[in-house]
Amino acid sequence: MRGHLILRVVSKILIPFLLMFALYVQFHGDFGPGGGFQAGVIVAAAFVLYALIFGLRAMQKIISPALLEIAVPLGVLIYAGVGVYTWILGGNFLDYNMLDSHDPSHGQHLGVLLVEAGVLLTVSSTMLLIFYTFAGRGR
Amino acid sequence: MEGLNELAFVLGGVNHWITVFLIMAGLYIIVSRSNMIKKLVGLSIFQTSVYLLYVSPGKIIGGTAPIISDDFTVYSNPLPHVLILTAIVVGVATLALGLALVIRINEAYGSIEEDDVYSGEDWN
Amino acid sequence: MEFLFNLILLLFLAAVTIGIIGVRNLFAVVVLSGAYSFLMATLLIAMDAVDVGMTEAAVGAGVSTVLLLSALHLTNTEEAPAKHSNVLPMALALLTGAALVYGTWDLPRYGDPDTPMNSYVGDEYLERSIPETTIPNVVTSVLASYRGYDTLGETAVIFTAGIGVLMLLYGRRRKGDDDEGGDRS
Repeated sequence: MRGHLILRVVSKILIPFLLMFALYVQFHGDFGPGGGFQAGVIVAAAFVLYALIFGLRAMQKIISPALLEIAVPLGVLIYAGVGVYTWILGGNFLDYNMLDSHDPSHGQHLGVLLVEAGVLLTVSSTMLLIFYTFAGRGR
Repeated sequence: MEGLNELAFVLGGVNHWITVFLIMAGLYIIVSRSNMIKKLVGLSIFQTSVYLLYVSPGKIIGGTAPIISDDFTVYSNPLPHVLILTAIVVGVATLALGLALVIRINEAYGSIEEDDVYSGEDWN
Repeated sequence: MEFLFNLILLLFLAAVTIGIIGVRNLFAVVVLSGAYSFLMATLLIAMDAVDVGMTEAAVGAGVSTVLLLSALHLTNTEEAPAKHSNVLPMALALLTGAALVYGTWDLPRYGDPDTPMNSYVGDEYLERSIPETTIPNVVTSVLASYRGYDTLGETAVIFTAGIGVLMLLYGRRRKGDDDEGGDRS
C-alpha cells in the first residue's frame, strides 16, 4: 500500500482518534455504552488498520508478537487476580465491595475498572495476535 | 393508541419469523455447501440469529437502552444484552479458530472443498 | 415508527442472507457478511441493545471481515460448483423452520413489557444496579459485577481460542522455512 497516499495520510490522522475513542469507550463504560470487550476490539481494529496500510513488519516493530503473548494471559491474570485479592480481603470471589473499606460503591467502581482493564488487555491482544498469525502465514 | 397496539400484535411476530428464517438459512448453508469458508459464514449467520432470538424479546416498545437516568422510566431488559455481548466475542474467537483449521486443511490437502478432502483420503 | 424501522432492517437482513446463500464468489460472500453484520448492529441498536450493537459493529463487521479476508488470501476465493443435490438440506432446513415457526406461536409478541422474561430478573437488575453498585449502565454492572464469573470464564475462552490459533498456525513457522512453500498450492 506504499503508493496510496490518501489512504496513508487519512489512516495516519484516523488512528490516534480511534485509539482515543477506544479509551473513551473503555473508561466511560460505567456510564454509557461500552466496556472492555468493545474497547479491546476497537484497539485491535486500529492496529489492524495500521498493519494493513503500513505493512505487518512496521506494525510488529511497534508491538511485537512476544509482547502480545505476554499480554494475552496477563489480562486473564488481572481478572482472576482481582477475585483472589477480594478473597484475601475476606470477601467472596470477585466481591468488589471489599476493595474499598469506607464506601462499598467505590469498591464496585474500582473492581469493575480493574476487571474491564483485564478484559481489554486480553481481547485486544488476542485479536491482534490472531491477525498477526493469519497475516504472517501468507509471506 | 389502540390501533398502534393492534399493529404491534400483528407485526410483533415478524421478528421471530425472520429469526427463524436466519436459522434456516444458516443451517442450509452449513449442510448443503461443501466449501468450508462458506460453511463458517453460514455458522456465523446461525450464531447471529441467536443474538436476535435473545435480544428481541427483551425490547420494550417505548423503552430505552438500560442506562439509568432521571429522564427515563422504561428500560429494555439488560440481561439478554449481557449474555449476547459475551456470545459475540466468543463467536469471533471460535470463527478465528475455525479459519485457522481451514487454513491448515488447505495446506494439507490443497483444497477447502469438503468433497475434495474426503475423496483424497482413503477411508477404511 | 419503531416497528417500521425494525421491519425494514429485518427485511434487509433477510435479503442479504439470500444473497450470501446464492453467491459463489467467496470474496463477495465475505463482503456481504460484513454488510450483514452492520445491519445486525443497527437492528440491535434499534432494539436498545446499544452495547451489543457496538460490539457487533466492531467484531462482526470489523475483525471477522479482516480474518475472513486473510483466510481467503491463504486459500481459494472461488467456491466449487455443487456436486450434491440440494433437496435434502433444503428439506432439513424447511422442516427445522416449520418446527420453529410452530414454536413461535406461543411466544410473546415483540415489544411486550409484561412477558415473564421482562418481569422478574431483568427488573430486579434495573432496580438494584444503582443502590448496590452506583453504576448507571446496567449492562456493565451485570456483566462485570453481578455476573463477574461468566465474564471471567469468557475471557478465558478468548484466551484459549487465541492459544488454539497460535498452536495451529504459529508453530511450524519457527521450525524453518524449508517445508513452508512446498505444499501450498
